[in-house]
Amino acid sequence: MNALVNFTKIFRFHGGVHPPENKSQSTQLPIGQLSLPDNIVLPLRQHVGNIPKIKVSVGDKVLKGQLLAEAEGAVSAAIHATTSGTVTAIDDAIIPHPSGLPDRCITIKPDGRDEWVEKKPQDWRNADRNALVASLRLSGIVGLGGATFPTHIKLRADGKSGVHTLIINAAECEPYITCDDRLMRERADDIVKGIEIAQYLLGAEKVLIGIEDNKPEAATSMQAATAKNSALQVVVVPTLYPSGDARRLVHLVLGTEIPYDKRSTEVGLQVFNVATVLALYRYFELGEPSISRIVSMTGNVYQPQNFEVLFGTPLPHLIKAAGGVKPETTHYIMGGPMMGFDLPDENVPITKAANCIIAAAPNLFARPPPAMPCIRCARCADACPVNLQPQELYWFAKSDNFEKANDYKLFDCIECGACSYVCPSNIPLVQYYRYAKSEIIAIDKAHEAADLARERNDFRLARIEREKLERAQKHAERAAAQKEEAVKIASENQNNDAQQANIYADAGDAKKAAIAAAIERAKAAKAAAQQAGDAPKNVVVNDENIQKEIAQIDARRQAVGIEAESSKPAIDEDKQAKIAAAIARAKAAKVAAEAAKQIDTKES
Amino acid sequence: MLKVLLALVPGIAAYVWVFGGGVLVTIALGTATALAAETAMLKLRRRPVQPFLMDFSAVITAWLLALAIPPLAPWWLIVVGTLFAIVVAKQLYGGLGYNPFNPAMIGYAVLLISFPAIMTKWPVVLHLAQTPLSFMDQLRYIFSGQLPLDSNLIAMKLDAVTSATPLDYLKTQLKLNHNVASITQAPLFGTFGGKGGEYVTGAYLLGGLYLWQQKIISWHLPTAFLAALALISGAFWLVNPAHFATPLFHLFSGASMLCAFFIITDPISGPTTPRGKLYFAAGVAVITYLVRIYGGYPDGVAFAVIFMNICVPLIDAHTQPRVFGHEK
Amino acid sequence: MLTALYIMIGLALALGAALGYAALKFKVEGDPLIARIDAILPQTQCGQCGFPGCKPYATAIAEGRADINQCPPGGDAGVRALADLMGMEYKPLNAENGVEKPKAVAFIDEPVCIGCTLCIQACPVDAILGAAKHMHTIIASECTGCELCVAPCPVDCISMIPIAETPDNWKWKYPTIPIKPVMTLK
Repeated sequence: MNALVNFTKIFRFHGGVHPPENKSQSTQLPIGQLSLPDNIVLPLRQHVGNIPKIKVSVGDKVLKGQLLAEAEGAVSAAIHATTSGTVTAIDDAIIPHPSGLPDRCITIKPDGRDEWVEKKPQDWRNADRNALVASLRLSGIVGLGGATFPTHIKLRADGKSGVHTLIINAAECEPYITCDDRLMRERADDIVKGIEIAQYLLGAEKVLIGIEDNKPEAATSMQAATAKNSALQVVVVPTLYPSGDARRLVHLVLGTEIPYDKRSTEVGLQVFNVATVLALYRYFELGEPSISRIVSMTGNVYQPQNFEVLFGTPLPHLIKAAGGVKPETTHYIMGGPMMGFDLPDENVPITKAANCIIAAAPNLFARPPPAMPCIRCARCADACPVNLQPQELYWFAKSDNFEKANDYKLFDCIECGACSYVCPSNIPLVQYYRYAKSEIIAIDKAHEAADLARERNDFRLARIEREKLERAQKHAERAAAQKEEAVKIASENQNNDAQQANIYADAGDAKKAAIAAAIERAKAAKAAAQQAGDAPKNVVVNDENIQKEIAQIDARRQAVGIEAESSKPAIDEDKQAKIAAAIARAKAAKVAAEAAKQIDTKES
Repeated sequence: MLKVLLALVPGIAAYVWVFGGGVLVTIALGTATALAAETAMLKLRRRPVQPFLMDFSAVITAWLLALAIPPLAPWWLIVVGTLFAIVVAKQLYGGLGYNPFNPAMIGYAVLLISFPAIMTKWPVVLHLAQTPLSFMDQLRYIFSGQLPLDSNLIAMKLDAVTSATPLDYLKTQLKLNHNVASITQAPLFGTFGGKGGEYVTGAYLLGGLYLWQQKIISWHLPTAFLAALALISGAFWLVNPAHFATPLFHLFSGASMLCAFFIITDPISGPTTPRGKLYFAAGVAVITYLVRIYGGYPDGVAFAVIFMNICVPLIDAHTQPRVFGHEK
Repeated sequence: MLTALYIMIGLALALGAALGYAALKFKVEGDPLIARIDAILPQTQCGQCGFPGCKPYATAIAEGRADINQCPPGGDAGVRALADLMGMEYKPLNAENGVEKPKAVAFIDEPVCIGCTLCIQACPVDAILGAAKHMHTIIASECTGCELCVAPCPVDCISMIPIAETPDNWKWKYPTIPIKPVMTLK
């Protein structure tokens, strides 16, 4: 135990609880290897972010480590075949998700040869950091502590991240879970190589490895492995749930509170889970993408143990390896008892998030007595590691008072379950917070959709209005052109009329001008009719009544057209422009009339 | 909550030793009334009875009320008070967890306003009375209001049930322009509190420390209450020792200790934030003291607690602790 | 008597001036009422309220020409929010305007579509893509589920498909506390 003497100051965080650890059951045996399962079911949804794009189709032969689906968009991760075989189905199947809803999965029938694709290790020490991080997009590596955030995003800072300290999260604070513990005991050297890769990619000067003091063997093993590298330091932190939460761990080892609205990189820190850095090592040094992880299979099974499990392995296969399940098992929990969730079915595949599977039985997890009213004892507030007021949040969440819940920083809640654990009234507090959070998210989404719909509707209405105006404009132009034509065939006695139109236009009223124009046209038509004898014989319209009717229709059309135009906001400029146009039109009419006279005289 | 009842036991024992066994009858009556009222109300409200009865919150209310009212008060007083506390102050507001006011203090205030004569009539402590009442006499008095008829010393015995509390006595005597030093020479007064009463409050203190040790209550409330009471009474006392009693007297008389450890520590009607608890308790202490000095009633705990209960939402809203990762 | 009157008048003037000053000084530049009502409405633009869109309905509410319970897509929560904003009593949705339905999006059976553009003209949010004599399709992410395109279709090729629950849009449920039946005390 001497090796565990801490030379670093520990900065305790508020609250925290000490649930029974139940870790020793699964740490007795080394990490076990599983035989190949009968089939592999790989859900596309194994990480935070976008669903990756499928690159294979049913019937394809795939090799172990072959890319099945590639990352789509910024936040996404690739999926690889975890053994060689044939793709037998791409369809919806039950996935390990609290909803119990099916989702898209790729099913592979293993051929038993377990044949690898060509592995491409990279000489990372002599390679460009950007190229290395870019290649990580193809690795499928996500945070293996349970958060499953794509790792390439966390390393995306092209070596100039400003990250000075890398923190390796090996606290593993939640009861029952021992996968990181066994990993550190058995593969400390590989982990350290992975840490060095991450350190190189980030350009971090210092690396702190936070381990809870209930894992002395792991801490000793890590200390031995890090002895050669002075930049690496193992920090033993006191056992207090939830010290494994990234922000809590950063506070423990450095005393830094990462602001709620910032990422750790913004304050020069980055946190990686110990299993994630091991995956980095395997990817760069061995050329193996993320295809397996260590899973603690514990609880009500005959031989609790950690196993190295290929992703997509059906849970029953894992249970069988752990000696089978004891009677009275009611259901299975994925993750720990504090933050995990009940699996909807036994037949789910192991995914990247599955750090622990607990077979639950009444003797391990007694059904809680019925919840009593909150008596505001504030024990939850004392236990909250974020220093929230859970009793107030509960009150607001329960009464759907989401605005208030937000005011009381609901979204800072890390859902660690410490409050539910200490509640003397057995209130499932975290469930209320999850409910409120997902309701708030849904409401926000609905608001966004409504805003979009409003915008599009406004745009549509504006468009319709604009089109109407454009049509009106066209009408007006056509009417003006027609008028010119009419004027062309009009006789000289129109001059007076044109002047009249001029006067009307001077009055400034477009409508009046339009009417005047109509009258003028009607007169012109009449005059034309009078001169019918002179008109070319092939013109059919020589009946006065028909002429009149046409003139009336024209007048109506024009009136409507100009009316539509006049419905535009009557800006002075507009009006003046119209007046000017009317004057110009009148002048043109005069010229035309004169020309017509000349033609007339020529003809006669 | 069983531990809270347990913590009250030393106080009750001291009480019995000082004032006689009559209080046990009052407590028993109160407990029975509380349980009956709680059961009836829960049934009326169609709530499960057993889990709510088994948390003993109604019993605590009854015990606190029984310890607050005069020990030889007629039997119906505790019944009426408990009924009001459970039915109106607790169940009508929604039962456990929903009552904005401390039910015991509401019951006490109602009794004090409705029956001031009975509520301010305290018996003389046993070893001060020339002819102390036996347990049977007390029992008889509680239920019939009559003293033993065959006694030749009726007058004296009457004297044994109609005395003033030290706080009351102090107040009336101060009005008669006596000074504190001479008033406290009266046999009613003990070393630093009321004679006998100071042992009871001492026993409450013991019980309270047990609760604190068991982490049932946090240190904030009692400490802030006692500190604020000591401070304000100390300040007044320093200004004019002839007219104001010592801080120690105030800490050990009336319901000070009961209030510090058992009344304001009711979580339901109290604040939840650590800073809020300090403000709340200090507020109760200041108002208690002001009522004692300037108010119309000898002790002001009940009114102070009820007043501060009203302020709890305000206090809680303005004393939110800094959340991890947030600026204050 | 007169002194009292003067005092009262003086007080009235002083307080009135103070209130007037405060009203000017601390004037809240809030959204106009119509915009605030419109913000509550779900913007489906479906016209079930009897008005040609959400904005006209908001205007009608603000002017007192419409009741607050005429918007089925907004649902019960919408009525409550409107009641809150308008300082009115909550009332259940008016059945004449329709009932609250789970959110759905329109779907065009493309082989049947004859490309008549009638649905495009009906869509209040331009969420239908297509041209005359060409098959149309719906931009699902922008469809508000107003159903206005369903009726004009001459070949009935548009159907409303409720949005399915997936792990993406799944929500945690309200915790249910098992309440034991009332026990009788022996």
